Amino acid sequence: MPNWIVACGIDDVDNEDVIPFEHDGCQYAIYRSPDDMYYATDGSCTHEHALLADGLVMDHIIECPKHNGRFDYRTGEGKGAPIRVNLKTYPTRVQDGTVSINLAASE
Amino acid sequence: MASIGKRDYSLIGAESRRAVERGLSQAQWYRTDVSRKRMKELMHRRNGPAIRDTLLWLGLLVLFAGLGVYLWFSVWSLLCFAVYGVLYGSASDARWHECGHGTAFKTRWMNTVVYNIACFMIMRDPTVWRWSHARHHTDTIIVGRDPEIVAQRPPALGHIAADVLGLFAVPQAFKHMAIHSSRRLTAEEATFVPDTERPRTYWTARIWLLIYAAVVVACVMSRSILPAMVIGLPRMYGAWHHIMTGLTQHSGLADDVTDHRLNSRTVYMNPFSRFVYWNMNYHVEHHMFPMVPFHALPALHAEIKDDLPTPAPSIAAAFGEFMPVLLRQRRDPEYFLQRKLPDRADAVGSTS
Repeated sequence: MPNWIVACGIDDVDNEDVIPFEHDGCQYAIYRSPDDMYYATDGSCTHEHALLADGLVMDHIIECPKHNGRFDYRTGEGKGAPIRVNLKTYPTRVQDGTVSINLAASE
Repeated sequence: MASIGKRDYSLIGAESRRAVERGLSQAQWYRTDVSRKRMKELMHRRNGPAIRDTLLWLGLLVLFAGLGVYLWFSVWSLLCFAVYGVLYGSASDARWHECGHGTAFKTRWMNTVVYNIACFMIMRDPTVWRWSHARHHTDTIIVGRDPEIVAQRPPALGHIAADVLGLFAVPQAFKHMAIHSSRRLTAEEATFVPDTERPRTYWTARIWLLIYAAVVVACVMSRSILPAMVIGLPRMYGAWHHIMTGLTQHSGLADDVTDHRLNSRTVYMNPFSRFVYWNMNYHVEHHMFPMVPFHALPALHAEIKDDLPTPAPSIAAAFGEFMPVLLRQRRDPEYFLQRKLPDRADAVGSTS
């Protein structure tokens, strides 16, 4: 059963950028890609738990601020050392000027 | 200041467990507040500065090696090799470091290529040292956790002095190549290199040993040391600059704190050393924000310097600051330099 949670307004996150979102004590990261699509992942790097929202978005890559580990934030796929575990992603939808994420459907 | 006595810096000893128990491993570190907008500007990747510097670096390497070989054997050739040695045995340290972070170039493969070339020159296995350096950033100068603490307490000054000519590091590198080539890691390396990464290390060691064997054969065949003057030996006769700059990074400062302002040092340097060292003289800034590329570190320094301790005004001044501390630590390992933070700054972490 979907569990859509409003995470932010569509203009809260810049193009090719990321912002943090906290819900029920859990950290998430909300991304806006260069082609104006929205994506969501877990908020912490799978390597050593640094907050990805402090990292750098380049095209469809989020780079962790601590050890420069890289993920494709659309799929969560780690892009090599030091990343060994992929990132959990969540479906998003844009509705009425807001971005929601479905926390019941992690991928 | 609590007593620390002589401590165990190995990654597999009691100090390692103690650091974890005390919450010093993978801790939250102090960071100066910088707006997201400004950080994005500072983190912005560009190829231009690194391509320019790399072409200059490689060009100078070819030029001075060529002149050194052409003028061999004369005072002039030795002078050429003196410059070549620094570009080979010291500049490679900074290229290894910055490309290992993946921040030097915007284009990923360029970082990878320069990283592997620099690793060969500085004789550091690309895989082992990538993970070692990740640990250094996670647990900077945390005793028992950080594998890259150069000046321990008490400091092994003889060892450090020997490495000005690579007399310890180079034999150690060959020992590690021999271990790795036989499909093994040292016990300490095994604590931070994942299983899946290890085959790469084994193959790298075998290839490197073959290259060095070829250099030895070339020396024997030509009855000259010249081939080794170009490949291998510059890691020794040109190491002094990276030892000099590397010592300024953390020497004499606190260990077991979670604030890079207390255990790292920023030093203003001359343009030549900054080129060789790729701006790593902004070392507090680099540790606090490792995503910021070398070419943006001066701008980051300008942004946050009011929240940092006063930088050392020169390399000589930095040595003047920490050498008396290291000398005193030989008989008093508890002694260290307590950094004075700006009034508005609040230090965090313990100084055990």
